[in-house]
Amino acid sequence: MEILGILIPVSLFLGFIGLVAFIWAMKNRQFDDPQGDANRILTKEWDDRPKP
Amino acid sequence: MTVTGERFEVETPQGGGISACPACIAAPSAERLAAMAAPADARIMLSLPEAHCAVCISTVERAVAALPGVRSARLNLTLKRLSVEADPQITAADLIPAINDVGYEAHELDPGLLSTTETERQGRDLLMRLGVAFFSMMNVMLLSVAVWSGAEGATRDLFHWISGAIAIPTVIFSGQPFFKSAWRSLKAGRLGMDVPISLALILATSISLYETIRSGHHAYFDAAVMLAFFLLLGRYLDHRTRAIARSAAQELAALEVPRALVVEAGAEILKPIAEVAAGDLVLVRPGGRMPVDGVVVSGASEIDRSLLTGESLPVPAAEGSVVSAGEVNLTGPLTLRVTAAGKDSSLHRMADLVAVAEAAKTRYTSLAERAASWYSPLVHILSFSAFGFWMWKTGGDLRYAINISAAVLIITCPCALGLAVPAVVTAASGQLFRRGLLIKHGTALERMAEVDCVVFDKTGTLTLGTPEPANLSDHPDAAIEVALALASASSHPLARALAEGGRARGLRPARVEDIREVPGYGIEGRWKGRRVRLGRAEWCGTKGVAETATYLSTGEGTPRAFTFVDRLRPGAAELVAALRRSERQVVLLSGDTPAVVGALALRLGIEDWSAQVLPAEKAARVNDLKDAGRKVLMVGDGLNDTAALAAAHVSISPATALDAARVASDIVLLGRDMAPIADALRISQQARRRIVENFGISASYNVIAVPLALAGHATPLAAALAMSLSSITVSLNALRLK
Repeated sequence: MEILGILIPVSLFLGFIGLVAFIWAMKNRQFDDPQGDANRILTKEWDDRPKP
Repeated sequence: MTVTGERFEVETPQGGGISACPACIAAPSAERLAAMAAPADARIMLSLPEAHCAVCISTVERAVAALPGVRSARLNLTLKRLSVEADPQITAADLIPAINDVGYEAHELDPGLLSTTETERQGRDLLMRLGVAFFSMMNVMLLSVAVWSGAEGATRDLFHWISGAIAIPTVIFSGQPFFKSAWRSLKAGRLGMDVPISLALILATSISLYETIRSGHHAYFDAAVMLAFFLLLGRYLDHRTRAIARSAAQELAALEVPRALVVEAGAEILKPIAEVAAGDLVLVRPGGRMPVDGVVVSGASEIDRSLLTGESLPVPAAEGSVVSAGEVNLTGPLTLRVTAAGKDSSLHRMADLVAVAEAAKTRYTSLAERAASWYSPLVHILSFSAFGFWMWKTGGDLRYAINISAAVLIITCPCALGLAVPAVVTAASGQLFRRGLLIKHGTALERMAEVDCVVFDKTGTLTLGTPEPANLSDHPDAAIEVALALASASSHPLARALAEGGRARGLRPARVEDIREVPGYGIEGRWKGRRVRLGRAEWCGTKGVAETATYLSTGEGTPRAFTFVDRLRPGAAELVAALRRSERQVVLLSGDTPAVVGALALRLGIEDWSAQVLPAEKAARVNDLKDAGRKVLMVGDGLNDTAALAAAHVSISPATALDAARVASDIVLLGRDMAPIADALRISQQARRRIVENFGISASYNVIAVPLALAGHATPLAAALAMSLSSITVSLNALRLK
């Protein structure tokens, strides 16, 4: 059962990363235009180099 | 020009330094006035209703970014809005043609009115709490599975402690919306839905903490976070539905950027309405809407009053005529002396009427409120009586009795109730939005389900307010060709309809020379050396007929009358037929003349109609119907309908309606087609049925689970199962809506 001492912190840590990523995404307005972002990935523009 | 939030500062001579010519400062040049009106930096918002795909994004952005002076352009496809940052001299008028050239319709939006920041902040706040609750629910649930499957002794205690360490901060953070609203309702002396929710959250957490310290068997940490998660989900759905409706409604309002062309010291300056004062001179170009109430000081034209009075025929306006805000100037430019602007204008005074009616509407108790009003006392009584009973039965075992009463509070599961209404309303308004109906008011759907009588306005509602020629086939082609040539030169609605009708018959305009428009009268030209005129009856030297008509004199024979009928809104006939099939009473109330209204009523098969109805009479008729026990749905668009819209049980206005009418109505019809109203009636009835079903589902879960909890057999596993199962069934039931 010693494995629990490692696994529980690991699972909590991974979950926490998910939570932080979610909060970061929200603060960065990643959910402002879900439809637009889904479509933008299809355009060939700026495929060769990043938008200046 | 984008002038929003910018104040027009008037520089004082002191501020301008010492000048050799005081008059120069006192009377600033036209250029300076114009320069002062210019904002420091242009941030332009445009609505692009037709944008829908990846190609749209790159086409539009590339077209706009290629314009000189534009710094950046980004199209938000979800909101169908383009935001542009550009040099100060760039205005929306510079961008719109470029967008039209690549094939998209674009409308300017007033960014000042689109201040959704507060709503957005609330939504993000809720989403953040929801995210935290989800994270802890998943982790606590994993740990609880181990306990449910039989962890013993030190392992169980360890798991309880870890769960507590995750759950307690979560409940404190994520539960705040409930605690706050429960506290508010307690202070007001009411028992809302949030009181039992908060009590369940607090009691479950504290009893679990106590049990964990005493290394007890049962801890309800998982139930507490799950409760918080499901309830926040309901709250968030509710918030999102409202936010979408609000932002769409704001977009409609922002489409009419309220500005006026003020003539000042010989220069024309575009000013926001708020800064126009009584006594100013305002220029209104043909096709423009009167921004203010005023008296015409120069110019001659015809004005379209249909939005205000319901009259479908344009009225001539010349020097001395009184015009009110909201009327549309048709043929010639008019200069007005402002008598009332902004808040004092007749348009704005209507807002008072609306406010009174809005207050009446909030008195409607929704199904959710009715459910909460019997639910919360019942839950408290059950929980306290369980506590009392077990105190007596066990001879004062406080710990056991509190455990039972907490289990009762958790298991009565307000989470299904909290999801029951928002899930259905979200699904239903999503369905209706796809069909082009915007639900502005939270209880509008429920009220819509009760409707048994529908009152229509005519001009602009059942008809589009745009005429179409009725008797073209009575005239020889040669006459129509002359009329076509003359009509093509004017923007008058009758002329435009005539030109369109002529072209639709495959005719080509005759060679008419020297065409000129005589504002207020008609169009004149020379054809085969003769003077030809298209316009008012007297001007063409004849007597008018009863219907809406325009006259053509070619210098030989009697002038010809081209008559028009109002074009029916698409779907209107089907809607009226559907309403009659469903045995709802249909009434037509119009401010227009009896001849026109009667003809339309006959065409649609409406037996109950009245013409020349004044605005106050419309509201009175609606109130009479209400007193007779009918639940009235009012559909109207004009200022003359506003009071009736507000008085009705539920109301719908088309997006083309006047701002005041849209504000007064609960539902806005976004498209031109009227058929979705029949869908709305059907969907609202279905939604109401689903809400009642959902209450039934959560009640039946309680009927099974509550006796278990009262008897003291409820385990955390049973609570978790009841809660998730009922929440999921309720959400699935809501999604069945079609």
